[in-house]
Amino acid sequence: MLPKTPKPASPPLDKDFRRAHTETVLQLTGNKTLATLVDLARGDAGILEEINLPGEEARRLMELGFLPGMRITAGWSAPGGDPRVFQVDGSEVALRRETARHLRVRLDPPKRPL
Amino acid sequence: MSDSDGASAASAVALAGGAKGGRTAGARVALIGPPNSGKTTLFNRLTGLRQKVANFPGVTVERHTGVALLADGREVPIIDLPGLYGLSPRSEDEQIAYDVLTGRRGDTGKPRAILLVLDSTNLARHLMLAAPILALGIPTLVILNMADDLRNRGGRLDLKALSSELGAPVALVSARQGEGIDQVFEYLAGQMPKPLPVQLPILQDVPKCREWAGRVGCEARYRAPAPPKWTRRLDAVFLHPVVGVLVFLAVVVGVFQTIFSVADPAKDGVDWLIHLSSNWVASILPDSLVRSLLLDGIWNGVGSVVVFLPQVLLLFLFIGILEDSGYLARAALIADRTMARVGLQGKSFIPLLSAYACAVPAIMATRTIENKRDRMATILIAPFMTCSARLPVYTLIIAAFIPNRPVLGSFLGARALAMLALYVLGFLAAVLTARVLKSSILKSGRAPFLLEMPSYRWPTLQSLGLRLLDRSAVFLRRAGTVILLVMVILWVMAHLPLIHGHAPGIDRSLAGTLGRTIEPAIKPLGLNWKVGIGLITSLAARETIVATLGSIYGMDPESNQLGLERALEHDLTFGGALALLVFFAFAMQCISTIAVVRRETGGWKWPVLQFTYMGVLAYVGAFVAFHLIR
Repeated sequence: MLPKTPKPASPPLDKDFRRAHTETVLQLTGNKTLATLVDLARGDAGILEEINLPGEEARRLMELGFLPGMRITAGWSAPGGDPRVFQVDGSEVALRRETARHLRVRLDPPKRPL
Repeated sequence: MSDSDGASAASAVALAGGAKGGRTAGARVALIGPPNSGKTTLFNRLTGLRQKVANFPGVTVERHTGVALLADGREVPIIDLPGLYGLSPRSEDEQIAYDVLTGRRGDTGKPRAILLVLDSTNLARHLMLAAPILALGIPTLVILNMADDLRNRGGRLDLKALSSELGAPVALVSARQGEGIDQVFEYLAGQMPKPLPVQLPILQDVPKCREWAGRVGCEARYRAPAPPKWTRRLDAVFLHPVVGVLVFLAVVVGVFQTIFSVADPAKDGVDWLIHLSSNWVASILPDSLVRSLLLDGIWNGVGSVVVFLPQVLLLFLFIGILEDSGYLARAALIADRTMARVGLQGKSFIPLLSAYACAVPAIMATRTIENKRDRMATILIAPFMTCSARLPVYTLIIAAFIPNRPVLGSFLGARALAMLALYVLGFLAAVLTARVLKSSILKSGRAPFLLEMPSYRWPTLQSLGLRLLDRSAVFLRRAGTVILLVMVILWVMAHLPLIHGHAPGIDRSLAGTLGRTIEPAIKPLGLNWKVGIGLITSLAARETIVATLGSIYGMDPESNQLGLERALEHDLTFGGALALLVFFAFAMQCISTIAVVRRETGGWKWPVLQFTYMGVLAYVGAFVAFHLIR
């Protein structure tokens, strides 16, 4: 289960929250800081490194914007956390957990508000 | 300069009428673009037609043709196509678009020109599709849709620069508001200068295409709009693990409660009008066979279906709001887990939801499902969903047998609850059938679920109004054709054979004999021969049973006094009524559905199997209901 954090009044998803979770994952994954999309909690972001899926499926994902180097932010999900909506390249796409775990990302700590 | 003028003049001749060489039949302009970019909205604007639009990806699953009338009176045939993410088709609907574009459908030939519709609020990604489309070498106008959204959210771009980067003319429009549409007409009339061709990226390489799209966007000084604030806010409510579910339930209960509380007075109003006109007809016509046909067949028969128009329209109003606002895609997301448990995916949920209106478009909408076996399973279970043709049957029987008691204060009445239970019953039958199918004959690997979430939009009054108008036309056309025809046949059969020149009593007529013949089969369900006639006629369309009962009870002077509801209550037991409801929840009594399943599955095997399965389930279900409650 995800840790319950007090919810600020409608926070913009890209802003700094769920930071604690991000840092946990950072520690767990050591220096490589590699994880999959499944490890992103709502509000976390990562840079897509690779898609470990057969050509056809990977191609469709890429056409929807899941291209290596793209920044992906995790958004809301269905009750139970699966499937989850991801913000990528200007659109929002829902993926099941079984697909999301094949997308490896490098965690991208949220930008601190100025 | 003179060169480009020459080129556009040539294209003008080719587009309108196709006088300059080539086949006229192929001289079409194809509308293409990613899903939910507004192609059909633009198509409707250009042609004045009313193809269905809604706010989720994959509404158009067929090609539609129409004609755009230019200012100078020339006509340009336009063809609207299902959405595409790239030129590597995976599902049936994408295949249709691909085939038309590449001229593989023998009947159309390659299009003469392409209108490429892209969402201007997400230009960088949508431009990826521009590369393979422009590479087809067909004259193309790049249309950036949703200009209003782009502006409101603070995005902008340099159209001239984009046009020279793409080597194609560009128009910024809002198909919804009608803004900038004249530019499209200008292009069709051949009045737009054609920029010089450009170097395109390697098409098979998606990252290269995206890189190219990014560079083009950059050159065109594209500034992406701010993220849709309201969509994020609304998702925080609708996709909230607790609040979201509560909202969903409140919406569902609200819909059923309004169908009884708000639509009932309207129904009584229509009923009163029909009654009034029937009395008037009775008073001006002499007592003759014609009068009897008009009163018994048409007013009592067709009229008893027409009174349900308000209920059906209310249902479509709710469906329209859900579809146009973008909530439907969220509902599919929430339902995905349930769907996954029975072996289907969230994408099956959208056709299933639209089956609440009618199974025929729902079965066509399954074309968006890439996996063939998933698609087949969805087709087979779609007719279990409670379509709007069942609504008159349910409403009539519920109103006759269930008292209008409050269950949860004034929030939920007993009748609304009974209706809700019938909808749930249909859904459960669908889900359990899917589970059986997916674990036996239609077993398949799990297909990936990818669903783009559209931004929320306000459903416009105009779009909702047009939907209701179209639905009224469909409903009344059915009442005026299929049901009317069945009523006339029924009336004739109820008046034959003539005994001493007079019609026999209904029970001794041809229709009565037919009903009595099947009575032994339906007696175990607690149903009588009158309902039996209704069951036979309802094979044409479900709501015909209402017309049939209205007509039959109307012919009997005794029950005519009581009115249809009271007459039914008099004639059937509570268990029998329940059995009838269960029968209608399960049986596949709809010729159009059988026809569309045959077409989409390419043979008689599946529709026959489906009809038999649903029929057996209906009979057994009704039998159990009657014997449990009796």
